[in-house]
Amino acid sequence: MKKLMLGNEAVARGAYEAGVRFVSSYPGTPSTEITESIVQYRDDIFAEWAPNEKVACEAAAGAAIAGARALTCCKHVGLNVMADPVFTMSYIGANGGMVIAVADDPGMHSSQNEQDSRHYAKAAKIPMLEPSDSAECKEFTKLAYEISEAFDTPVFLRLSTRVSHSQSLVELKERQEIPLKDYQKDIAKNVMMPGNAIKKHVVVEERHQNLTAYAETSPLNVIEDNGSAIGVITSGISYLYAKEALGDRVNYLKLGIAYPMPVEKIKAFAKSCEKLFVIEELDPFIEEHVRAMGIPCTGKEAFTMLYEYSAAMIKKAVFPEEGQEDAFTAPAAPMRPPVLCPGCPHRGTFYVLKKLGLTVSGDIGCYTLGATVPLSSVDTTICMGASVSAAHGMAKVRGKEFNKKLVSVIGDSTFMHSGITGLIDIVYNHGANTVIILDNSITGMTGHQDNPLSGKDIYGDPAKQVDLELLCRAIGVERVVVADPFDIKKFEEVVREETASDEPSVIIAQRPCALLKYVKYEGKCSVDAEKCRKCKMCLKLGCPAISWKEDHIEIDETQCNGCGLCMNVCPFGAIGK
Amino acid sequence: MSTTSIMITGVGGQGTLLAVRVLGNMALRKGYDVKVSEVHGMSQRGGSVVTYLRYGDRVYSPIIEKGEADVILAFEQLEALRCLPFVKPGGRIIVNDQKIDPMPVITGAAAYPEGIIDRLKERAEVTVVPAIRIAEEVGNARTANVVLLGTYAKNSGISKEEWTEVLKETVPAKFIDVNIQAFEKGYQL
Repeated sequence: MKKLMLGNEAVARGAYEAGVRFVSSYPGTPSTEITESIVQYRDDIFAEWAPNEKVACEAAAGAAIAGARALTCCKHVGLNVMADPVFTMSYIGANGGMVIAVADDPGMHSSQNEQDSRHYAKAAKIPMLEPSDSAECKEFTKLAYEISEAFDTPVFLRLSTRVSHSQSLVELKERQEIPLKDYQKDIAKNVMMPGNAIKKHVVVEERHQNLTAYAETSPLNVIEDNGSAIGVITSGISYLYAKEALGDRVNYLKLGIAYPMPVEKIKAFAKSCEKLFVIEELDPFIEEHVRAMGIPCTGKEAFTMLYEYSAAMIKKAVFPEEGQEDAFTAPAAPMRPPVLCPGCPHRGTFYVLKKLGLTVSGDIGCYTLGATVPLSSVDTTICMGASVSAAHGMAKVRGKEFNKKLVSVIGDSTFMHSGITGLIDIVYNHGANTVIILDNSITGMTGHQDNPLSGKDIYGDPAKQVDLELLCRAIGVERVVVADPFDIKKFEEVVREETASDEPSVIIAQRPCALLKYVKYEGKCSVDAEKCRKCKMCLKLGCPAISWKEDHIEIDETQCNGCGLCMNVCPFGAIGK
Repeated sequence: MSTTSIMITGVGGQGTLLAVRVLGNMALRKGYDVKVSEVHGMSQRGGSVVTYLRYGDRVYSPIIEKGEADVILAFEQLEALRCLPFVKPGGRIIVNDQKIDPMPVITGAAAYPEGIIDRLKERAEVTVVPAIRIAEEVGNARTANVVLLGTYAKNSGISKEEWTEVLKETVPAKFIDVNIQAFEKGYQL
């Protein structure tokens, strides 16, 4: 049976068919739907959302050591978080078979940087497979487990936004039942202390040689000889763009194994062509490998290290004489950047923070959008958890008065991910920061995943809920206040009081995400034209439903969700339902 | 058969993903090779959202590039304008008459462009659909996406019955009736 599937769904299907028993991940666009799709295979696979990627990877590592085929999935920056166990699992090996699916985000559709995760494969000496479409996502996932067990190594599966989030046809097969491998205590293999690791490093280097030999003959590295004088070495989504642009007019070497790359195969392919192009998004990873062999090629000088590629740009670079530009110029159209949704609880928080003129150490989530106009409230965003720890550093060097105008904002899921350690740093090292935990009862930006604070597991079943207030108190924060960010007056008072204090404090800004099914506000807001004095206070909220129409304020009924926050900020009571 | 490219554009949250799923399942039913490219994550939060669907005997790239779209289904006027360079000269644009102010317009940094429909007509054959009004008539403003789909379906060369079947397979069971009604209304335009 053929089915139209996202690349991510196909990876999940591949894991199912490969007999995987354990999946642990933390959500991150564009990787999230892999783990979400695993949920449907509940009878055969245990799936979970872990608090962060490091925990997820370690859990998968444990499952693999214990003899099961295991999977962990993350976005490119999630791989940074799990790097520690990844590098050492390379030494330990995999026993049951371990795959790490990592999705890069060229073009940064939903990410804070554009890093190329292929460097991790090289740095950790772990093989990396790179599919181009959904059918390959499924097949490569299954092959990854075979390689993992045959070579006793974790295997990376590298995806990118357009592979993860494109649908194409997949042929479904039955699940292969793989019995648990024996678990035997093996200190020399599984305990990575110097005496053992010294020996294991030798094994890793030998394995690398064996994998390079495998890459020479593997069916994943395919030569397509179209009898052309032009050769193209490419992989992943770039292969599809190249095929679209160049068709059968060039020869291809499609590298399904991004690392390690073959040597002899590339040499032979290069020899068969008069001109060689290397086409790959982001860093010149293949190109540097080719050049290191002394083979001349055209790479980044004709393409770019930035953003996504396209068929048009590839065609222009390979056949410049044919490049016909469409003369049509795009009409001027104002940008439409992403915004906080109508009814978003974060809007109340940022409105108050902006009003008080505070420095805001921000974090990763929907609330990063607190940096956009008109709220323009967030000062910094680095990575998951950094809002808390970076504010600690800021406060220490700039002093007490600065700290009284400084807050951290971090979501509930992000706080569980890596905010808690920063808060311990503040408490332990005599800090006096104010941390606002934006508790909207869900992991928002990635599309509503449950987390240790939501009271449900990945299947939606009840799960033990972390008591956030008690947790903060347990690590030594004595000032913990719960406040509703839509009660603007009260919320402002709380923020004033807590930032003025000389002790560390936590404000839990509690109100559920407006997109949660159970969140329902009665009626829609509208402006009473007679009462409205046109002060435009409501426009400061940056609500997509409220706009200024020539000479009056208007609330778009199709956009408004009736949250009533605008009613709370209108000084003249001109907004009602 | 050469590849047909359909671009679906709108504002995050308007239901573009459902429309493209219906189109994708139809192409699959017809035995074509299909590629669909979606956008998830941050852009879905009220930003511009573009989805691509391509079908034919053999489709490589999931992306539609400038001047390549046979059809654009636009869920919002400004987004139709933004995507205009992507339609083939003489191609087709089906556009919802809805206007949603983007944040630069709300804050007064930019003005919502005037005369969008006329601009679209300079390059393409344009059908304007009051999709929100029609969707509200059938009782659910969220079915505006399916109204537009109905308008597209009419000249697609595929029977209404087949479209209805695919729609039934794709939308959640409890919303089938309202979606069928919305589809009919769009089809009748």
